Amino acid sequence: MTRIEVTVDGSKVTDDVEPRMLLVQYLRETLGKTGTVVGCDTSNCGACTVHLDGRSVKSCNVLAVQASGHEVTTIEGLAATGGHADGQLHPVQEAFRECHGLQCGFCTPGMIMQAVDLLNENPSPTEEDVRLGMEGNLCRCTGYHNIVKSVLHAAGGAR
Amino acid sequence: MIPTPFEYVAPTTLDEALAALAEHGDEAKVIAGGQSLLPVLRMRLNAPEVVVDLGGIPALRGIRDDGDAIVIGAMTTHHDVHHDPLVHEHAALLAKAEEHLADAQVRHRGTFGGALAHADPAGDLGAPVLALGAEFVVAGPSGSRTVAGSDFFVGLFETAIAEGELLVEVRVPKHTGWGAHYEKFVRVAHQWPIVAVAVAVRTEGGTIAEARVGLTNMGSTPLRAHSVEEALAGRPVTEDAVREAAALAAEGTNPPSDLNGQADYRRHLAGVLTRRAVLAAAGA
Ligand SMILES: Cc1cc2nc3c(=O)[nH]c(=O)nc-3n(C[C@H](O)[C@H](O)[C@H](O)COP(=O)(O)OP(=O)(O)OC[C@H]3O[C@@H](n4cnc5c(N)ncnc54)[C@H](O)[C@@H]3O)c2cc1C
Ligand code: FES
Ligand code: FES
Repeated sequence: MTRIEVTVDGSKVTDDVEPRMLLVQYLRETLGKTGTVVGCDTSNCGACTVHLDGRSVKSCNVLAVQASGHEVTTIEGLAATGGHADGQLHPVQEAFRECHGLQCGFCTPGMIMQAVDLLNENPSPTEEDVRLGMEGNLCRCTGYHNIVKSVLHAAGGAR
Repeated sequence: MIPTPFEYVAPTTLDEALAALAEHGDEAKVIAGGQSLLPVLRMRLNAPEVVVDLGGIPALRGIRDDGDAIVIGAMTTHHDVHHDPLVHEHAALLAKAEEHLADAQVRHRGTFGGALAHADPAGDLGAPVLALGAEFVVAGPSGSRTVAGSDFFVGLFETAIAEGELLVEVRVPKHTGWGAHYEKFVRVAHQWPIVAVAVAVRTEGGTIAEARVGLTNMGSTPLRAHSVEEALAGRPVTEDAVREAAALAAEGTNPPSDLNGQADYRRHLAGVLTRRAVLAAAGA
Protein backbone atom coordinates (compact mmCIF):
# COMPACT_ATOMS: atom_id res chain seq x y z
CA MET A 1 0.00 0.00 0.00
CA THR A 2 1.11 3.54 -0.71
CA ARG A 3 -0.17 6.61 1.11
CA ILE A 4 -1.59 9.28 -1.21
CA GLU A 5 -2.81 12.81 -0.53
CA VAL A 6 -4.98 14.28 -3.25
CA THR A 7 -7.25 17.28 -3.47
CA VAL A 8 -10.44 16.07 -5.15
CA ASP A 9 -13.16 18.58 -6.04
CA GLY A 10 -11.73 21.01 -3.52
CA SER A 11 -11.39 18.61 -0.56
CA LYS A 12 -8.12 17.13 0.64
CA VAL A 13 -8.26 13.34 0.97
CA THR A 14 -5.67 10.91 2.31
CA ASP A 15 -5.79 7.18 1.60
CA ASP A 16 -3.66 4.06 1.45
CA VAL A 17 -4.00 2.55 -2.01
CA GLU A 18 -2.50 -0.27 -4.01
CA PRO A 19 -0.03 1.28 -6.49
CA ARG A 20 -1.78 -0.47 -9.37
CA MET A 21 -5.08 1.28 -8.64
CA LEU A 22 -6.18 3.52 -11.51
CA LEU A 23 -7.25 7.08 -10.74
CA VAL A 24 -10.72 6.39 -12.13
CA GLN A 25 -11.10 3.39 -9.80
CA TYR A 26 -10.01 5.51 -6.85
CA LEU A 27 -12.56 8.19 -7.71
CA ARG A 28 -15.42 5.74 -8.23
CA GLU A 29 -14.73 2.93 -5.79
CA THR A 30 -12.93 4.62 -2.91
CA LEU A 31 -14.49 8.09 -3.03
CA GLY A 32 -17.85 7.09 -4.50
CA LYS A 33 -17.61 9.74 -7.23
CA THR A 34 -19.40 7.67 -9.84
CA GLY A 35 -20.09 10.71 -12.03
CA THR A 36 -16.81 9.87 -13.76
CA VAL A 37 -17.43 6.76 -15.86
CA VAL A 38 -15.44 4.07 -17.66
CA GLY A 39 -16.39 3.55 -21.30
CA CYS A 40 -13.56 1.46 -22.72
CA ASP A 41 -10.54 -0.54 -21.68
CA THR A 42 -8.14 1.05 -24.13
CA SER A 43 -7.87 4.77 -23.19
CA ASN A 44 -9.66 5.70 -26.39
CA CYS A 45 -13.15 6.90 -25.45
CA GLY A 46 -12.51 9.83 -23.09
CA ALA A 47 -15.59 9.11 -20.93
CA CYS A 48 -13.33 9.09 -17.85
CA THR A 49 -11.87 12.58 -18.49
CA VAL A 50 -11.13 14.64 -15.36
CA HIS A 51 -8.84 17.61 -14.74
CA LEU A 52 -5.45 17.01 -13.11
CA ASP A 53 -3.96 20.34 -11.97
CA GLY A 54 -6.40 22.06 -14.30
CA ARG A 55 -5.66 20.05 -17.47
CA SER A 56 -7.80 17.29 -18.97
CA VAL A 57 -6.54 13.71 -18.64
CA LYS A 58 -8.06 10.26 -19.10
CA SER A 59 -8.36 9.02 -15.51
CA CYS A 60 -8.29 5.37 -16.65
CA ASN A 61 -4.76 6.03 -17.91
CA VAL A 62 -3.31 7.59 -14.74
CA LEU A 63 -2.44 5.72 -11.54
CA ALA A 64 -3.97 7.03 -8.32
CA VAL A 65 -0.44 7.26 -6.87
CA GLN A 66 0.54 9.56 -9.75
CA ALA A 67 -2.15 12.02 -8.63
CA SER A 68 -0.71 12.25 -5.10
CA GLY A 69 0.18 15.84 -4.26
CA HIS A 70 -1.99 17.12 -7.10
CA GLU A 71 -5.47 18.51 -7.63
CA VAL A 72 -8.25 16.57 -9.34
CA THR A 73 -11.54 18.05 -10.52
CA THR A 74 -14.34 15.72 -11.63
CA ILE A 75 -17.68 16.44 -13.25
CA GLU A 76 -19.16 16.36 -9.73
CA GLY A 77 -17.03 19.26 -8.51
CA LEU A 78 -16.91 21.24 -11.75
CA ALA A 79 -19.62 23.76 -10.94
CA ALA A 80 -18.62 24.29 -7.31
CA THR A 81 -14.87 24.60 -7.92
CA GLY A 82 -15.68 27.06 -10.74
CA GLY A 83 -17.30 29.30 -8.12
CA HIS A 84 -20.92 28.55 -8.98
CA ALA A 85 -23.49 28.49 -6.19
CA ASP A 86 -24.77 25.22 -4.75
CA GLY A 87 -27.17 23.53 -7.14
CA GLN A 88 -26.18 25.72 -10.07
CA LEU A 89 -24.75 24.16 -13.23
CA HIS A 90 -21.45 25.13 -14.85
CA PRO A 91 -22.06 27.16 -18.07
CA VAL A 92 -20.82 24.23 -20.21
CA GLN A 93 -23.25 21.86 -18.46
CA GLU A 94 -25.97 24.44 -19.05
CA ALA A 95 -25.03 24.62 -22.75
CA PHE A 96 -25.25 20.82 -23.16
CA ARG A 97 -28.75 20.95 -21.68
CA GLU A 98 -29.74 23.92 -23.81
CA CYS A 99 -28.48 22.45 -27.11
CA HIS A 100 -29.52 18.84 -26.48
CA GLY A 101 -25.84 17.81 -26.49
CA LEU A 102 -26.57 14.30 -25.22
CA GLN A 103 -28.80 11.30 -25.76
CA CYS A 104 -27.92 8.41 -23.44
CA GLY A 105 -25.53 10.70 -21.56
CA PHE A 106 -22.77 8.15 -21.00
CA CYS A 107 -20.09 10.15 -22.80
CA THR A 108 -21.31 13.45 -21.35
CA PRO A 109 -19.18 13.81 -18.18
CA GLY A 110 -16.04 13.31 -20.28
CA MET A 111 -17.31 15.54 -23.08
CA ILE A 112 -18.02 18.36 -20.64
CA MET A 113 -14.67 18.07 -18.84
CA GLN A 114 -12.83 18.11 -22.19
CA ALA A 115 -14.94 21.02 -23.45
CA VAL A 116 -14.09 23.05 -20.35
CA ASP A 117 -10.38 22.39 -20.90
CA LEU A 118 -10.68 23.35 -24.57
CA LEU A 119 -12.47 26.61 -23.74
CA ASN A 120 -9.94 27.45 -21.02
CA GLU A 121 -7.20 27.27 -23.64
CA ASN A 122 -9.19 28.79 -26.51
CA PRO A 123 -12.21 30.83 -25.36
CA SER A 124 -13.49 31.50 -28.90
CA PRO A 125 -12.93 28.34 -30.96
CA THR A 126 -14.14 27.75 -34.51
CA GLU A 127 -16.23 24.68 -35.28
CA GLU A 128 -13.07 23.02 -36.64
CA ASP A 129 -11.18 23.83 -33.40
CA VAL A 130 -13.95 22.16 -31.41
CA ARG A 131 -14.05 19.03 -33.56
CA LEU A 132 -10.25 18.66 -33.35
CA GLY A 133 -10.09 19.56 -29.66
CA MET A 134 -12.71 16.94 -28.77
CA GLU A 135 -11.22 14.14 -30.90
CA GLY A 136 -10.26 12.09 -27.83
CA ASN A 137 -13.93 11.76 -26.79
CA LEU A 138 -16.20 9.28 -28.49
CA CYS A 139 -20.02 9.32 -28.57
CA ARG A 140 -22.11 6.43 -29.84
CA CYS A 141 -25.42 8.32 -29.92
CA THR A 142 -25.45 11.91 -31.07
CA GLY A 143 -23.37 11.98 -34.24
CA TYR A 144 -21.49 14.83 -32.52
CA HIS A 145 -23.39 17.73 -34.14
CA ASN A 146 -25.19 18.81 -31.00
CA ILE A 147 -22.10 18.29 -28.89
CA VAL A 148 -20.17 20.68 -31.12
CA LYS A 149 -23.13 23.07 -31.03
CA SER A 150 -23.15 22.92 -27.21
CA VAL A 151 -19.47 23.79 -26.97
CA LEU A 152 -19.83 26.68 -29.41
CA HIS A 153 -22.92 27.85 -27.50
CA ALA A 154 -20.94 27.81 -24.26
CA ALA A 155 -18.20 29.81 -25.98
CA GLY A 156 -20.69 32.59 -26.54
CA GLY A 157 -22.77 31.76 -29.58
CA ALA A 158 -22.50 29.64 -32.71
CA ARG A 159 -20.40 30.98 -35.57
CA MET B 1 -8.67 -4.65 -16.58
CA ILE B 2 -6.14 -3.35 -14.11
CA PRO B 3 -2.39 -4.06 -13.92
CA THR B 4 -0.92 -6.92 -11.89
CA PRO B 5 0.41 -5.80 -8.47
CA PHE B 6 3.73 -3.95 -8.37
CA GLU B 7 5.85 -1.97 -5.97
CA TYR B 8 5.89 1.79 -6.63
CA VAL B 9 9.04 3.92 -6.36
CA ALA B 10 8.89 7.71 -6.75
CA PRO B 11 12.40 9.20 -6.92
CA THR B 12 12.86 12.97 -6.89
CA THR B 13 16.30 13.09 -8.54
CA LEU B 14 17.90 11.40 -11.55
CA ASP B 15 20.46 9.69 -9.28
CA GLU B 16 17.72 8.19 -7.11
CA ALA B 17 15.95 6.94 -10.23
CA LEU B 18 19.14 5.32 -11.57
CA ALA B 19 19.80 3.76 -8.15
CA ALA B 20 16.29 2.25 -8.13
CA LEU B 21 16.86 0.79 -11.59
CA ALA B 22 20.25 -0.59 -10.54
CA GLU B 23 18.69 -2.22 -7.49
CA HIS B 24 15.76 -3.88 -9.28
CA GLY B 25 17.32 -4.74 -12.65
CA ASP B 26 14.99 -6.25 -15.22
CA GLU B 27 12.15 -6.50 -12.68
CA ALA B 28 11.73 -2.72 -12.87
CA LYS B 29 9.92 -0.65 -15.46
CA VAL B 30 10.08 3.13 -15.81
CA ILE B 31 6.85 5.12 -16.06
CA ALA B 32 6.87 8.60 -17.62
CA GLY B 33 3.42 9.86 -18.70
CA GLY B 34 2.10 6.30 -18.70
CA GLN B 35 0.14 6.84 -21.91
CA SER B 36 1.74 3.86 -23.64
CA LEU B 37 2.83 1.89 -20.58
CA LEU B 38 -0.47 1.83 -18.67
CA PRO B 39 -2.47 0.36 -21.57
CA VAL B 40 0.22 -2.34 -21.84
CA LEU B 41 0.09 -3.07 -18.08
CA ARG B 42 -3.71 -3.06 -18.06
CA MET B 43 -3.81 -5.59 -20.88
CA ARG B 44 -1.18 -7.52 -18.88
CA LEU B 45 1.20 -7.69 -21.82
CA ASN B 46 3.87 -6.78 -19.28
CA ALA B 47 3.95 -7.37 -15.51
CA PRO B 48 6.87 -5.56 -13.84
CA GLU B 49 7.57 -6.16 -10.14
CA VAL B 50 8.56 -2.54 -9.61
CA VAL B 51 7.45 0.66 -11.33
CA VAL B 52 9.79 3.66 -11.11
CA ASP B 53 7.91 6.95 -11.66
CA LEU B 54 9.91 9.79 -13.28
CA GLY B 55 7.05 12.25 -12.68
CA GLY B 56 8.58 13.71 -9.51
CA ILE B 57 11.93 14.68 -11.04
CA PRO B 58 11.70 18.38 -12.02
CA ALA B 59 15.15 18.37 -13.69
CA LEU B 60 13.84 16.12 -16.49
CA ARG B 61 11.17 18.63 -17.52
CA GLY B 62 11.50 21.74 -19.68
CA ILE B 63 13.09 23.13 -22.83
CA ARG B 64 16.22 25.29 -22.95
CA ASP B 65 18.29 27.20 -25.47
CA ASP B 66 21.83 25.83 -25.75
CA GLY B 67 23.61 27.80 -28.47
CA ASP B 68 23.23 25.94 -31.75
CA ALA B 69 20.63 23.53 -30.36
CA ILE B 70 17.51 23.45 -28.23
CA VAL B 71 17.42 20.82 -25.50
CA ILE B 72 14.16 19.09 -24.62
CA GLY B 73 13.92 17.30 -21.24
CA ALA B 74 12.60 13.75 -21.53
CA MET B 75 9.65 14.45 -19.21
CA THR B 76 8.39 17.51 -21.10
CA THR B 77 4.80 16.77 -22.12
CA HIS B 78 3.61 16.68 -25.72
CA HIS B 79 1.39 19.67 -24.90
CA ASP B 80 4.33 21.72 -23.63
CA VAL B 81 6.53 20.88 -26.64
CA HIS B 82 3.66 21.77 -28.96
CA HIS B 83 3.24 25.24 -27.41
CA ASP B 84 6.88 26.13 -26.67
CA PRO B 85 8.20 29.34 -28.30
CA LEU B 86 11.77 27.94 -28.69
CA VAL B 87 10.36 24.91 -30.51
CA HIS B 88 8.30 27.11 -32.82
CA GLU B 89 11.30 29.30 -33.65
CA HIS B 90 14.03 26.68 -34.04
CA ALA B 91 12.39 23.29 -34.61
CA ALA B 92 8.93 24.04 -36.00
CA LEU B 93 8.73 20.50 -37.42
CA LEU B 94 8.37 19.11 -33.87
CA ALA B 95 5.42 21.41 -33.13
CA LYS B 96 3.75 20.28 -36.37
CA ALA B 97 4.15 16.61 -35.42
CA GLU B 98 2.93 17.18 -31.85
CA GLU B 99 -0.17 19.03 -33.06
CA HIS B 100 -1.84 15.86 -34.36
CA LEU B 101 -0.25 13.32 -32.02
CA ALA B 102 -3.00 11.41 -30.15
CA ASP B 103 -5.58 13.70 -28.50
CA ALA B 104 -5.58 16.61 -26.04
CA GLN B 105 -5.86 14.43 -22.93
CA VAL B 106 -2.99 12.14 -24.01
CA ARG B 107 -0.85 15.18 -24.94
CA HIS B 108 -1.32 16.61 -21.44
CA ARG B 109 0.19 13.47 -19.84
CA GLY B 110 2.38 11.78 -22.46
CA THR B 111 5.98 12.91 -22.71
CA PHE B 112 8.45 13.64 -25.50
CA GLY B 113 11.02 11.26 -24.02
CA GLY B 114 8.48 8.55 -23.27
CA ALA B 115 7.25 8.50 -26.85
CA LEU B 116 10.81 8.24 -28.22
CA ALA B 117 11.87 5.59 -25.68
CA HIS B 118 8.74 3.59 -26.54
CA ALA B 119 9.94 3.53 -30.19
CA ASP B 120 6.63 2.53 -31.76
CA PRO B 121 7.35 2.41 -35.52
CA ALA B 122 4.03 4.26 -36.00
CA GLY B 123 4.95 6.87 -33.35
CA ASP B 124 4.84 10.43 -34.63
CA LEU B 125 8.04 11.83 -33.11
CA GLY B 126 10.77 9.53 -34.42
CA ALA B 127 10.75 10.72 -38.03
CA PRO B 128 10.86 14.47 -37.24
CA VAL B 129 13.54 14.00 -34.58
CA LEU B 130 15.62 11.93 -37.01
CA ALA B 131 15.09 14.43 -39.84
CA LEU B 132 16.38 17.27 -37.65
CA GLY B 133 19.54 15.33 -36.76
CA ALA B 134 18.80 15.21 -33.03
CA GLU B 135 21.06 13.55 -30.45
CA PHE B 136 19.91 11.62 -27.39
CA VAL B 137 21.47 12.05 -23.95
CA VAL B 138 21.20 8.79 -22.01
CA ALA B 139 22.29 8.40 -18.36
CA GLY B 140 23.34 5.20 -16.63
CA PRO B 141 25.13 4.05 -13.48
CA SER B 142 28.52 5.10 -14.90
CA GLY B 143 27.55 8.54 -16.18
CA SER B 144 25.91 9.81 -19.33
CA ARG B 145 26.54 9.31 -23.03
CA THR B 146 25.27 10.88 -26.23
CA VAL B 147 23.69 8.71 -28.92
CA ALA B 148 23.30 9.93 -32.51
CA GLY B 149 19.79 9.86 -33.92
CA SER B 150 20.76 7.27 -36.52
CA ASP B 151 21.95 4.90 -33.75
CA PHE B 152 19.08 5.47 -31.31
CA PHE B 153 16.33 3.51 -33.06
CA VAL B 154 17.42 -0.12 -33.16
CA GLY B 155 14.25 -2.01 -34.11
CA LEU B 156 10.59 -2.57 -33.36
CA PHE B 157 10.00 -0.95 -29.92
CA GLU B 158 13.75 -1.12 -29.37
CA THR B 159 16.25 1.70 -28.78
CA ALA B 160 19.89 2.12 -27.76
CA ILE B 161 18.79 2.74 -24.14
CA ALA B 162 20.28 -0.21 -22.22
CA GLU B 163 18.93 -1.83 -19.05
CA GLY B 164 19.56 0.46 -16.09
CA GLU B 165 19.74 3.54 -18.32
CA LEU B 166 17.35 6.47 -18.75
CA LEU B 167 16.75 8.92 -21.56
CA VAL B 168 17.46 12.32 -20.01
CA GLU B 169 17.11 14.84 -22.83
CA VAL B 170 17.15 15.30 -26.58
CA ARG B 171 19.36 17.89 -28.30
CA VAL B 172 17.77 19.23 -31.46
CA PRO B 173 20.04 21.33 -33.75
CA LYS B 174 18.42 24.67 -34.55
CA HIS B 175 16.69 24.92 -37.92
CA THR B 176 15.76 28.56 -37.54
CA GLY B 177 13.82 29.93 -40.48
CA TRP B 178 13.29 26.53 -42.10
CA GLY B 179 9.82 25.71 -43.39
CA ALA B 180 8.29 22.58 -41.88
CA HIS B 181 5.37 20.24 -42.36
CA TYR B 182 4.21 16.89 -40.95
CA GLU B 183 1.82 15.08 -43.29
CA LYS B 184 0.02 12.32 -41.39
CA PHE B 185 -2.34 9.85 -43.06
CA VAL B 186 -4.92 8.30 -40.73
CA ARG B 187 -8.22 6.53 -41.14
CA VAL B 188 -9.77 7.57 -37.81
CA ALA B 189 -9.24 10.48 -35.41
CA HIS B 190 -6.57 10.56 -32.67
CA GLN B 191 -4.66 7.52 -33.87
CA TRP B 192 -1.25 6.50 -35.08
CA PRO B 193 -0.47 7.17 -38.75
CA ILE B 194 -0.71 4.52 -41.45
CA VAL B 195 2.19 6.45 -42.98
CA ALA B 196 3.44 9.95 -42.19
CA VAL B 197 6.17 12.16 -43.64
CA ALA B 198 8.14 14.84 -41.78
CA VAL B 199 9.81 17.55 -43.85
CA ALA B 200 11.95 20.60 -43.08
CA VAL B 201 13.25 22.75 -45.94
CA ARG B 202 15.44 25.82 -46.26
CA THR B 203 14.47 27.80 -49.32
CA GLU B 204 16.36 30.60 -51.10
CA GLY B 205 14.09 32.55 -53.38
CA GLY B 206 12.07 29.91 -55.19
CA THR B 207 14.72 27.21 -54.79
CA ILE B 208 15.12 24.46 -52.20
CA ALA B 209 18.61 24.92 -50.76
CA GLU B 210 18.43 22.04 -48.27
CA ALA B 211 15.81 19.48 -47.28
CA ARG B 212 15.40 16.97 -44.43
CA VAL B 213 12.86 14.18 -44.84
CA GLY B 214 11.78 11.57 -42.26
CA LEU B 215 9.34 8.68 -42.74
CA THR B 216 6.97 7.20 -40.12
CA ASN B 217 5.77 3.58 -40.28
CA MET B 218 7.76 2.65 -43.38
CA GLY B 219 9.83 0.03 -41.54
CA SER B 220 10.55 -1.23 -38.03
CA THR B 221 12.16 2.13 -37.15
CA PRO B 222 11.64 5.71 -38.32
CA LEU B 223 13.70 6.37 -41.46
CA ARG B 224 15.50 9.23 -43.15
CA ALA B 225 14.77 9.55 -46.91
CA HIS B 226 18.27 10.59 -47.97
CA SER B 227 17.68 10.10 -51.70
CA VAL B 228 14.71 12.49 -51.62
CA GLU B 229 16.79 15.03 -49.69
CA GLU B 230 19.57 14.88 -52.29
CA ALA B 231 17.15 15.05 -55.21
CA LEU B 232 15.47 18.14 -53.75
CA ALA B 233 18.64 20.17 -53.15
CA GLY B 234 18.94 22.95 -55.71
CA ARG B 235 15.57 22.22 -57.33
CA PRO B 236 12.86 24.86 -57.79
CA VAL B 237 9.77 24.75 -55.57
CA THR B 238 7.45 23.53 -58.32
CA GLU B 239 4.91 20.73 -58.33
CA ASP B 240 6.82 18.84 -61.06
CA ALA B 241 10.28 19.08 -59.50
CA VAL B 242 8.97 18.08 -56.10
CA ARG B 243 6.90 15.21 -57.52
CA GLU B 244 10.00 13.78 -59.23
CA ALA B 245 12.06 13.87 -56.03
CA ALA B 246 9.21 12.57 -53.87
CA ALA B 247 8.86 9.51 -56.09
CA LEU B 248 12.11 8.24 -54.47
CA ALA B 249 10.60 8.25 -50.96
CA ALA B 250 9.97 4.51 -50.67
CA GLU B 251 13.48 3.59 -51.85
CA GLY B 252 15.15 1.22 -49.39
CA THR B 253 12.13 1.03 -47.06
CA ASN B 254 10.49 -2.11 -45.72
CA PRO B 255 6.95 -1.10 -44.72
CA PRO B 256 4.63 -3.48 -42.85
CA SER B 257 1.44 -5.05 -44.22
CA ASP B 258 -1.45 -4.97 -41.76
CA LEU B 259 -5.18 -4.28 -41.41
CA ASN B 260 -4.64 -0.65 -42.43
CA GLY B 261 -2.80 -1.37 -45.66
CA GLN B 262 -0.41 -3.55 -47.61
CA ALA B 263 3.27 -2.70 -48.01
CA ASP B 264 2.87 -1.58 -51.64
CA TYR B 265 0.02 0.73 -50.64
CA ARG B 266 2.31 2.26 -48.00
CA ARG B 267 5.07 2.72 -50.60
CA HIS B 268 2.59 4.57 -52.78
CA LEU B 269 1.48 6.71 -49.82
CA ALA B 270 5.08 7.60 -48.99
CA GLY B 271 5.54 9.25 -52.39
CA VAL B 272 2.23 11.11 -52.30
CA LEU B 273 2.65 12.32 -48.71
CA THR B 274 6.27 13.36 -49.33
CA ARG B 275 5.20 15.54 -52.27
CA ARG B 276 2.45 17.16 -50.18
CA ALA B 277 4.73 17.66 -47.19
CA VAL B 278 7.57 19.23 -49.19
CA LEU B 279 5.25 21.63 -51.01
CA ALA B 280 3.56 22.63 -47.75
CA ALA B 281 6.91 23.05 -45.95
CA ALA B 282 8.23 25.21 -48.79
CA GLY B 283 5.09 27.35 -48.57
CA ALA B 284 3.92 26.42 -52.08
C1 LIG C 1 -5.52 7.01 -27.20
C2 LIG C 1 -4.06 7.17 -27.53
C3 LIG C 1 -3.70 7.63 -28.79
C4 LIG C 1 -2.36 7.78 -29.12
N1 LIG C 1 -2.05 8.26 -30.35
C5 LIG C 1 -0.76 8.44 -30.70
C6 LIG C 1 -0.42 8.98 -31.97
O1 LIG C 1 -1.27 9.32 -32.79
N2 LIG C 1 0.91 9.11 -32.27
C7 LIG C 1 1.88 8.77 -31.37
O2 LIG C 1 3.05 8.94 -31.68
N3 LIG C 1 1.58 8.29 -30.17
C8 LIG C 1 0.29 8.12 -29.80
N4 LIG C 1 0.00 7.63 -28.54
C9 LIG C 1 1.11 7.29 -27.60
C10 LIG C 1 1.64 8.55 -26.90
O3 LIG C 1 2.48 9.23 -27.79
C11 LIG C 1 2.42 8.26 -25.63
O4 LIG C 1 2.38 9.42 -24.86
C12 LIG C 1 3.87 7.99 -25.76
O5 LIG C 1 4.06 6.97 -26.69
C13 LIG C 1 4.48 7.54 -24.46
O6 LIG C 1 4.89 8.60 -23.66
P1 LIG C 1 4.70 8.49 -22.09
O7 LIG C 1 5.40 9.63 -21.46
O8 LIG C 1 3.28 8.36 -21.77
O9 LIG C 1 5.53 7.16 -21.77
P2 LIG C 1 5.16 5.88 -20.90
O10 LIG C 1 3.93 5.26 -21.37
O11 LIG C 1 5.26 6.21 -19.45
O12 LIG C 1 6.42 4.96 -21.27
C14 LIG C 1 6.56 4.38 -22.55
C15 LIG C 1 7.78 3.46 -22.57
O13 LIG C 1 8.98 4.20 -22.54
C16 LIG C 1 9.76 3.92 -21.38
N5 LIG C 1 10.28 5.21 -20.92
C17 LIG C 1 9.55 6.33 -20.70
N6 LIG C 1 10.35 7.35 -20.37
C18 LIG C 1 11.62 6.88 -20.38
C19 LIG C 1 12.90 7.49 -20.13
N7 LIG C 1 13.03 8.80 -19.82
N8 LIG C 1 14.00 6.70 -20.25
C20 LIG C 1 13.89 5.38 -20.58
N9 LIG C 1 12.71 4.77 -20.83
C21 LIG C 1 11.58 5.52 -20.73
C22 LIG C 1 8.80 3.23 -20.42
O14 LIG C 1 9.47 2.33 -19.56
C23 LIG C 1 7.86 2.52 -21.36
O15 LIG C 1 8.42 1.31 -21.79
C24 LIG C 1 -1.34 7.47 -28.17
C25 LIG C 1 -1.70 7.00 -26.90
C26 LIG C 1 -3.04 6.85 -26.56
C27 LIG C 1 -3.40 6.34 -25.21
S1 FES D 1 -12.55 4.83 -20.02
FE1 FES D 1 -10.84 6.14 -20.07
S2 FES D 1 -10.65 6.54 -22.16
FE2 FES D 1 -12.29 5.13 -22.15
S1 FES E 1 -24.86 10.49 -25.64
FE1 FES E 1 -24.72 8.33 -25.66
S2 FES E 1 -22.59 8.03 -25.93
FE2 FES E 1 -22.80 10.14 -26.22
